[in-house]
Amino acid sequence: MTRPAKESLSTRLSSPKSKITDILARYPANRGSLIAVLQDIQEKFGYLSEEAVEELERLMGISVNEIYGVATFYTQFRFSPPGRHTIKSCQGTACHVRGGHQLLQELQQQLGIKAGQTTEDGEFDLERVACLGCCALAPVVSVNGKVHAKITAKKIPSILSQYAGKEDDENK
Amino acid sequence: MTSLQPHVGRGLRQAFTEAQAQWRKLQESEIPIFFVGAATCGRAAGAGEVLQRLRSHIEAKKLNALVVEVGCLGPCSFEPLVIVHKSGVPRICYGNVGPDEIIHILENHVLGDDPCSQWALGKMTPGQLDGINDFDAHPMMRRQVRNILRNCGLIDPENPYHYLACDGYRGFLKALEMGPDKTLEEVKAAGLRGRGGAGFPTWRKWQSCRDAPGQTKYLICNADEGDPGAFMNRSLIEGDPHAVLEGMLIAAFTLGASQGYIYCRAEYPLAIHRLQIAISQMRELGLLGENIQGADFSFELTIKKGAGAFVCGEETALIASIEGRRGMPQPRPPFPAESGLWGKPTVIQNVETLGNLPMILRNGADWYAQYGSESSKGTKTFALAGKIERTGLIEVPLGITLKDIIYDIGGGIPAGKALKAVQTGGPSGGCIPAEKMDLPVDYESLTEAGSIMGSGGMIVLDEDTCVVDIAKFFLSFTQEESCGKCAPCRVGTRAMLSILERIAAGEGETADLDNLEKIAQTVKDGSLCGLGQTAPNPVLTTLSYFREEYKEHIDKGRCPAFVCSRMVSYHIDTDRCTGCGACARVCPVEAISGEKKKPHTIDQEICIRCGACLSTCPSIYAAVYRRSGELTRYEQRKEK
Repeated sequence: MTRPAKESLSTRLSSPKSKITDILARYPANRGSLIAVLQDIQEKFGYLSEEAVEELERLMGISVNEIYGVATFYTQFRFSPPGRHTIKSCQGTACHVRGGHQLLQELQQQLGIKAGQTTEDGEFDLERVACLGCCALAPVVSVNGKVHAKITAKKIPSILSQYAGKEDDENK
Repeated sequence: MTSLQPHVGRGLRQAFTEAQAQWRKLQESEIPIFFVGAATCGRAAGAGEVLQRLRSHIEAKKLNALVVEVGCLGPCSFEPLVIVHKSGVPRICYGNVGPDEIIHILENHVLGDDPCSQWALGKMTPGQLDGINDFDAHPMMRRQVRNILRNCGLIDPENPYHYLACDGYRGFLKALEMGPDKTLEEVKAAGLRGRGGAGFPTWRKWQSCRDAPGQTKYLICNADEGDPGAFMNRSLIEGDPHAVLEGMLIAAFTLGASQGYIYCRAEYPLAIHRLQIAISQMRELGLLGENIQGADFSFELTIKKGAGAFVCGEETALIASIEGRRGMPQPRPPFPAESGLWGKPTVIQNVETLGNLPMILRNGADWYAQYGSESSKGTKTFALAGKIERTGLIEVPLGITLKDIIYDIGGGIPAGKALKAVQTGGPSGGCIPAEKMDLPVDYESLTEAGSIMGSGGMIVLDEDTCVVDIAKFFLSFTQEESCGKCAPCRVGTRAMLSILERIAAGEGETADLDNLEKIAQTVKDGSLCGLGQTAPNPVLTTLSYFREEYKEHIDKGRCPAFVCSRMVSYHIDTDRCTGCGACARVCPVEAISGEKKKPHTIDQEICIRCGACLSTCPSIYAAVYRRSGELTRYEQRKEK
């Protein structure tokens, strides 16, 4: 499971400034666009880097403090580079009564990380989400946006191996 | 179908003609058609693989057949669902269709004459077919009234002609003809109440927004379906996005709003995608922009993606989020209808409320009000999930009893377990105990029982569910999602959670229950917004209906449902254990030891109480058992 995670990220980051200008051009130039712009930046670069936030301050005229104030309020935003695949473990009610919490513990154990962390090899991010809205098929886990239904502890290794060592070309 | 009013523009007029032609072709098609349920839930159940296999098979065999991706039909526990159209035979809806089954159906039903009744849920069109009943007579469907969801799973949500052919945008055109005043009267007469949770009369919100001074008004569709355990809005948008958008047009026209926003959570990428497609189609049809269909009404729509904050379901927090700020609520009054988005009068409406509007306008208030009870009119969708046989999205007339929903539609509790409670309203609602299942589902009755209607999440809990754990679950959710602005919510939820955590860990004290109730009342009374005001509901309802169970945790250190792991211990019955070693192999902490073919033992010091040994021990031995507090029934028997 070796992979040049940093290289591919740095190529993605090659000219952030021009890309941020492109993103800003999609929205009306007002405060109301801030969250949408942050979402697009994160989609493009995988996270909100200091560099990107500073550039945004310059372009939108909103202070860095303000931007971080907004960004840290919402769980969607992250401030460090993501892993190659994002696993979201659903903690909704239906998943909870059908063992979603044990499943999260199992994932944490098998990946050797806690929710909110990235594996050392940069392969997987593990996140807890409030609800993926697939309650009738609980418990569910999504990987790179694809929802896997009726998961049991036994199914986890085979799901992980579907992704390990592969580029995520579906979602980015 | 009625003829179109004279003011309808040429583009839309042509689109209606085209839609009818396309729809007729689809109904009378000579070539077979596969309607595959491919909403998020269908895809999770494997619809993607079904589609892939079906398409490649059709291509490889050079068959003349059509594949249409549709939204969710509702009976999620039977997913993936496929409706098959074959000329001369009633349409059949199949359930649990995997890639192999679909090929089997293609070969034997479509190309042969075996209707594959083993997978059939029912037939969708009239006609005789041996061994297959009407789909509407299926136990899960029989009691349902599908008005809001009428198109979901039946039309291609990305094809505007399908919606138009099913009387799409007729309600809006009717509103244009009637004018804003009469439209408001119609909605008032229908008795429509907000479907987001609180059940506020829709017309009253509209009236205060219209009465508020100023020309600029905003309409917001709240699609930030944040309740864990709810997916009604997702299903409606994914299956029939134009129905929600038509509702927005009707509301905006009545309010005189020229700008609308849809605030949709980012966790619903397919719903956002379908909305984007539908909005561009509206523009092409002349249903957005300046002077829509020649009327004195201009309207634009923007999608705003939520960024993951439950509190943004609250109206003032949602507005703050659209304005690009931290999503924190404001004290009310002023209500958003008077001073909302950028200080302008704003109406915020739930997805389902908007989805109701087209049919109210199309069919009239009297037609609408025939469904439901005296004070709660119409139908309501519910996301039925948890420990229930048939899970899925259902729509029922308000006033139906919980029992009818759980047993008739849901098919009761699986594995012969007993029903314990039903949780409605998500983190803002409560648990209604099994003995209250005769309760009619309407706004007042649920509130009286200590819960709320909520947006429609309905989670069924069986005897294996611990109420302390459920209360802890919801409270840890609201505590985490509390925005921190006001102290009662910020500090109170934290204090309540720590008490619950103590009780679940077996360290509860007798005074805890009274303290919980006291803090809960303070949080309820003192919090700024709906999140805090309703956060104690799960605790209060479980305390009032299941106090004994709390007491058992505190007084006897016993969790009757064996959920609170700190109170449960696992043991091996040496008489029954054959030493197969299966449990030792799965134990994650190597707490189980023993010689081969000799009884094993569990080291209680090392054991983390995960229960893996219990679920692994082969049922012919059933040597692993658990106990909590007192002796288990099994041990009691043995002691005798």
